Amino acid sequence: MQVIEREGLDALFAHLVAEGYDLVGPTVRDATIAYGSIRSTSDLPEGWTEEQDGGRYRLERRGDRALFGYALGPEAWKRYLYPPKRRLWSARRTEDGLELRTDEEPEPRYALIGVRGCELHAIRIQDRVLLAGAFADPTYRARREAAFLVAVQCGDPGGTCFCSSMGTGPGVDGGYDLALTEILDPDGSHFTVTAGSGRGERVLERLPRREASAADEAAAAAVVSRAAGRMGRTLDTDGVRELLAETLEHPRWKDVADRCLTCGNCTLVCPTCFCSSVEDTGDLSGRVAERWRRWDSCFHTDFSHIHGGSVRQSAASRYRQWLTHKLGTWFDQFGSSGCVGCGRCITWCPVGIDLTEEVAALRRSPDAWPGDAPEHRETSGIGGDP
Amino acid sequence: MKGLEQLLAEHPFFAGMEPKDLALIAGCGTNARFEAGDYLFREGEPADRFYLLRSGRAVVEVHDPARGTITVLSAGEGEVLGFSWLMPPYRWVFDARALELTRALVFDGACLRDKCEADARLGYDLLKRVTGVMMQRLEAASVQLLDVYGGVRAR
Amino acid sequence: MSDLVRTPDDAAPPDPMVPAIHRVRRTRQETPDTWTLELEPVDGDGQRTYAPGQFNMLYVFGVGEAPISISGDPTGPPGLLAHTVRAVGAVTRALCALRRGDLLGVRGPFGNAWPIDQAAGHDVLLVAGGVGLAPLRSAFCRILGERSRFGRVSLLYGARSPRGLVFADDLRRWRARFDVEVEITVDHAVGPWRGHVGVVTQLLDYAPIEPEDCVALLCGPEVMMRYVGRELGRRGLPAERTYVSLERNMRCGIGLCGHCQLGGELICRDGPVYSLSRIEPLLRIREL
Repeated sequence: MQVIEREGLDALFAHLVAEGYDLVGPTVRDATIAYGSIRSTSDLPEGWTEEQDGGRYRLERRGDRALFGYALGPEAWKRYLYPPKRRLWSARRTEDGLELRTDEEPEPRYALIGVRGCELHAIRIQDRVLLAGAFADPTYRARREAAFLVAVQCGDPGGTCFCSSMGTGPGVDGGYDLALTEILDPDGSHFTVTAGSGRGERVLERLPRREASAADEAAAAAVVSRAAGRMGRTLDTDGVRELLAETLEHPRWKDVADRCLTCGNCTLVCPTCFCSSVEDTGDLSGRVAERWRRWDSCFHTDFSHIHGGSVRQSAASRYRQWLTHKLGTWFDQFGSSGCVGCGRCITWCPVGIDLTEEVAALRRSPDAWPGDAPEHRETSGIGGDP
Repeated sequence: MKGLEQLLAEHPFFAGMEPKDLALIAGCGTNARFEAGDYLFREGEPADRFYLLRSGRAVVEVHDPARGTITVLSAGEGEVLGFSWLMPPYRWVFDARALELTRALVFDGACLRDKCEADARLGYDLLKRVTGVMMQRLEAASVQLLDVYGGVRAR
Repeated sequence: MSDLVRTPDDAAPPDPMVPAIHRVRRTRQETPDTWTLELEPVDGDGQRTYAPGQFNMLYVFGVGEAPISISGDPTGPPGLLAHTVRAVGAVTRALCALRRGDLLGVRGPFGNAWPIDQAAGHDVLLVAGGVGLAPLRSAFCRILGERSRFGRVSLLYGARSPRGLVFADDLRRWRARFDVEVEITVDHAVGPWRGHVGVVTQLLDYAPIEPEDCVALLCGPEVMMRYVGRELGRRGLPAERTYVSLERNMRCGIGLCGHCQLGGELICRDGPVYSLSRIEPLLRIREL
């Protein structure tokens, strides 16, 4: 473990830029912590933190100069690794046929600054979805292989965070090139740094740094353990996959549907949601056509459309699809949970639906269960008019 | 408060049945009540029941993934539902659901079959009544199948 | 680089989202709204092998793509793909409007296959409803091409009306054979139809099965497959040996877009062919 000062962090940024990376990190934008292009530590949200709850997000001033003193803004890193819109190919009618052309431009090389533990897990989950199956996505693969990840461990979890429940934070446990922990000083902060890859080691060697002392290591560990004790939510993950498979007709789904607007915000902000659709466009001349991929959401009414109509028409069925996939059938498809406990879906739901509450409700036996066999509903038996 | 036999005697399905037969059949039945939205039975599940609707309204449905739920039959006061108890393997073919609060007399199929085996005369009477309803339903279904009204195509 | 999960084949594979251009060799109108297209790759090397039950994503220039099961004879001329399309939406209408010489895009084949090899040594029953005969035609052709490997082979086909029967020429030829049983029924008939009228499972009275030794392949509307599966179950055929072919919204065909999910299943990747024992519990949940 090494220690760097702010100058070291700026040196890191400069070094990455010199190596051809596009730096992306947290900034204050639109009254949120939003990822965007950064050049130096002066672009970071110094002294800002967030107040988050169901359907609520506010930036607040801290009393100090922490550079990473927030938890998580609305946007996940997936925007950079699996962009929302992407042209897959364009086609042209020629005299003797159809000519198809894919874009040959090289993919950008991003250095992602400030990746949280939950986000590292989310990226690994998307790796399994988009790279490890029989077919891989070439855009994601290229950007992912190129991306340099600078993780920052969480010191201030948000009001909706439950990474501890999901085993994805607040510390980081691999999947990064460099991992930082911010230690606050009276007049600023400094950082412990560990390398998580050969690439990270080589970069670290170029920075002004000193060896971390036992006190430094203890301070870094304390940041994480303090954060672990301040989670805003918990989720009991015990048997949740089986629970969701067994409660597909639980009356709670109707209850959520009364509140859910099917706006799809949750799928937009979720760092693991990956669903997409394709759009085929043609121009007026009929000679040029393009195929685009764009993000899609299972909340859209036509997401499940087949001849005759959509399979999931009701809000209840669409919310059920999202939740049972995220916490249940994701295991069947990809071998892990799809949720990393970042809490964004809770914060950014306009009506504050909280999936930790929904799961707890599903664990409770309902009073009335549709489809009960008559013996459960019978009254007095012979001689009674109930 | 009416006894089950009394309720049976008043139900059109059993009109004219001898009191001693009603007593035998009553021994296979209980009173039941379904709230709006409750299922009486579900497709694929074990089926060994016969329903006599006393009040309210229930529908027989099939769910198609694209078209949604399609109602193929409705039944209310004075009508009967459920014939899967007559023939093995005793599995429901459709769903049946109460549209509103529905009160029904529910008969155990195995019990009814036993009584019919033991008393062929009772069995024949019961089967005549059941067959009468089935014939009506079959004719009606054939006419429904003709799609005589034509007109609006779904899409 | 961070611990990245690598795909098995690290050499850059062809992009599965880019279609291969094919030309329409021949078209045949089956019914007022159903056409069979025979396709060949424009690039002579572009032939692909496929197994009955699989599907391709067919792309019409400037219109869009649709997943269509392969209906062709796998024992026929290599490099010739056949698809039977029913016009129910913008893309399928455009496919049905293609004519000889037109170009289209083909991605695939995707999905899994009918368990024909597993059925070797057993009786095989194929039950088709409507245009569902298309994916089964491919299986039937393969079975007929290796006839001696199987026991009794029967095809039961139900359509809405006589005008809705697809592959009329094939049906006539198949019915003329002595080593298969082919029975056809319609839901209702107007005009000079002298064949069966009724639901397809009633044909089992004319082509009875030995449930202990039979494998059944079903294809048609989902409600029909559920019903037929249940009727076969009533006659003793276990759900483990009854197979269906499912259909859901598909945008990519390669397991990455998320549209074709049914519970934990990805129909494009784990299906579309499933045993009823595996899939029936999911089919029963409304709006899953």
